[in-house]
Amino acid sequence: MATAEANPKKIQVQRYEPESDPDKHYLNEETGLWTWLTTVDHKKIGLMYLASITFFFFVGGIMALLVRTELWTPAKTFIEANTYNQLFTLHGAIMIFLFLVPSVPAALGNFFLPLQLGAKDVAFPRLNLLSYYIYVAGAVISIVSIVSGGIDTGWTFYTPYSSTTGGAVTIMTFGVFVIGFSSILTGVNFITTIHKMRAPGLTWDKLSLFSWSLYATSIIQILATPVLAITLALVGMERILGIGIFDPAMGGDPVLYQHFFWFYSHPAVYIMIVPGFGIVSEVITTFSKKHIFGYWAIALSSLAIAFIGFLVWGHHMFVSGQASLATMVFSFLTFLVGIPTGIKMFNWTATLYKGSIKLASPLLYIFGFFFLFLVGGLTGIVLGSIALDVHLHDTYYVVAHFHFVMVGGMVMAFLAGLHYWWPKMIGRMYNETMAKIACGIIFIGFNVTFLPQFVMGSQGMPRRYFNYIEQFQSFHQISTIGSYILGFGFVMIFYYLVKSIFTGEKASPNPWGSRALEWQVNSRPPLHNFHHTPVIVNGPYDYHKPMDEFQLGLAENHNAHSDVNGAEVSVSNEEETSAE
Amino acid sequence: MANHSTTSSHSRFQQHHFVDAEQQFDAAKMGMWVFLVTEILMFGGLFAAYIVYRLWYPELFVLASEELNTLWGGVNTLVLIGSSLTVAMAIKSAQLNQKRNIAINLGITLALAAIFMVIKYFEYTHKFHLGIFPGEFYTFEGIDHPKANVFFSLYYLMTGLHGIHVTIGMGLMIWLLVRSTKGHFGEEYYTPIEMTGLYWHLVDIIWIFLFPLFYLID
Repeated sequence: MATAEANPKKIQVQRYEPESDPDKHYLNEETGLWTWLTTVDHKKIGLMYLASITFFFFVGGIMALLVRTELWTPAKTFIEANTYNQLFTLHGAIMIFLFLVPSVPAALGNFFLPLQLGAKDVAFPRLNLLSYYIYVAGAVISIVSIVSGGIDTGWTFYTPYSSTTGGAVTIMTFGVFVIGFSSILTGVNFITTIHKMRAPGLTWDKLSLFSWSLYATSIIQILATPVLAITLALVGMERILGIGIFDPAMGGDPVLYQHFFWFYSHPAVYIMIVPGFGIVSEVITTFSKKHIFGYWAIALSSLAIAFIGFLVWGHHMFVSGQASLATMVFSFLTFLVGIPTGIKMFNWTATLYKGSIKLASPLLYIFGFFFLFLVGGLTGIVLGSIALDVHLHDTYYVVAHFHFVMVGGMVMAFLAGLHYWWPKMIGRMYNETMAKIACGIIFIGFNVTFLPQFVMGSQGMPRRYFNYIEQFQSFHQISTIGSYILGFGFVMIFYYLVKSIFTGEKASPNPWGSRALEWQVNSRPPLHNFHHTPVIVNGPYDYHKPMDEFQLGLAENHNAHSDVNGAEVSVSNEEETSAE
Repeated sequence: MANHSTTSSHSRFQQHHFVDAEQQFDAAKMGMWVFLVTEILMFGGLFAAYIVYRLWYPELFVLASEELNTLWGGVNTLVLIGSSLTVAMAIKSAQLNQKRNIAINLGITLALAAIFMVIKYFEYTHKFHLGIFPGEFYTFEGIDHPKANVFFSLYYLMTGLHGIHVTIGMGLMIWLLVRSTKGHFGEEYYTPIEMTGLYWHLVDIIWIFLFPLFYLID
């Protein structure tokens, strides 16, 4: 693929000026419900994922609000204990398997990975559509399990409780099993796409950091998710056939289940957060108009997290009766994960230093991410130390830590990415003032919700309990009020983003002045992304040159698709110069 | 759109988003290898369970293994290795553009896979007849060990998952046979045969591990 650059011949370089609001774009070139349902276009599939995860985010969010409302008083407030158990289980399962895991890779990644690679599509477009439908099928199966009895095991499905309790655990584990295949196929697709579909000239050192983060994520997805699949299949078999692998009454071992489960589920938290890191890198450089500081450090630290993330699962089991030597090793390895994450934080901060910072709403969300993720990450180190973990295990401290990383880190990064790329996806601008206010509301609401939980947890409030002693009531009430503020913030974002689709002003192709490749196409990109295979001359963070010198090359004819293309490109502002 | 590539220089099986057939083949091959990694991880979970229980109950595994028929297990191993050879020959025939031989080799592979499943069927039904069921349905009394059911749970899970893979492979072979009789495959395009071949070799290799771990330990 890189022949054009390696070729000593002169390559034809031309400036391509993208249009805003073009007549033909990916949304109107093919129309009708049937073309949406059968589309293999990665952008439409990305939008379908975005709609689905938004739906499940609100379903899971409403469950969280119900749980928080129930905890207003120490005893029963308005729902039964069993319903409460089902609600927190479903909140966790829906948020993790139906929102967090597919959120950035399958929605934003699907849309922007091929654009950032200069490709027309992912490597396997039909497989991409299939993984969307597998996701939908898994979601439907999960909904069936909710209406046919629900589950009360917690999202972790720990045996032997999950293999003996009533309700629809078998159906739910089957649903998650199915969703896992969607995740696996997306990972296979992305790895192949990044290896094989890069435009000529797009070498590994010009790969965007968002693509690097998706690469690391895909590696985790393909290595960890199959283990979850087989584990949940075993839980299902346990319930149907009583195979006894995890059931101590039949000679099995419940701790083995925990090993299997966390072998997936610990790396899974990196599946959720690492793509968020990619968004941070993109947004930071764009809004500080500066080359990313420590490109390779950030790129390789994603891979380091993916690697070390596989060796730390035992820190979920410090009190589960694993060997004390194993506990010490896992604790040590857990501290190691802090290193690549710290490297990223320092490099992002260094990128801001002496940058020309424009404090637009995407960057505001990233600043929220910095603060909240830092708290989440440092409390993770606290939980990784053995003696403290024995005290804090299964308390609200863990709940608060997890939400600081997942909501404060991942969701904030997701929102930053959504605001950053919204003009490119939809071709419309949202209300910037409302975006900034919503960011503030979410930041405040989040802290009001989860900071008290650190305090409660360290004082011994166990997680998942329906009743609690009265000394914790004021903490719970502050937390509940915070959750309403947080919920209001999310509704507000939903409101102004949807409104912008209909009444927003038209976005220019590159409203932020970014150098990344996805901003060099029309806003609302064409159906096949690029009218002509681009040759990449400058990297995605090259802010040394002014925008009008920042040029895209054009592929030689043998890399193009037909001679007709040449005619089409000449429509757009062409000026021929020579490079190399 | 000019990007819809329908020019004569392209094979009719080349998809629009690839620059040329070589890129398409490379992408398919890499994607398949990555997929095979996920398969290994999936079986890896079961192999890990096997290791744990074998370490805990080594004497049980030796005892229970005697109930498995080494002769038929051995025959099945030969059958699968033979089918790996024929699928490799199908790929070679495609590369040499011997269109008739593609179909013949795929047909033999399919027949060998069917023989494997038939033998597996008789092995299973023989055990069901004795009362050797997985888990709590286990009623056989010929093995003097309280956890004998766990061994057979693992046996049924691992060979069962492998059997599902063989069945999927048979489906793929039928699909390839239909396409090869339509003349889709030749030296310029044989990606699906090569990918199915990779998959089939993996199914074969997993059996090569399963056979000694269950049948040969006594």
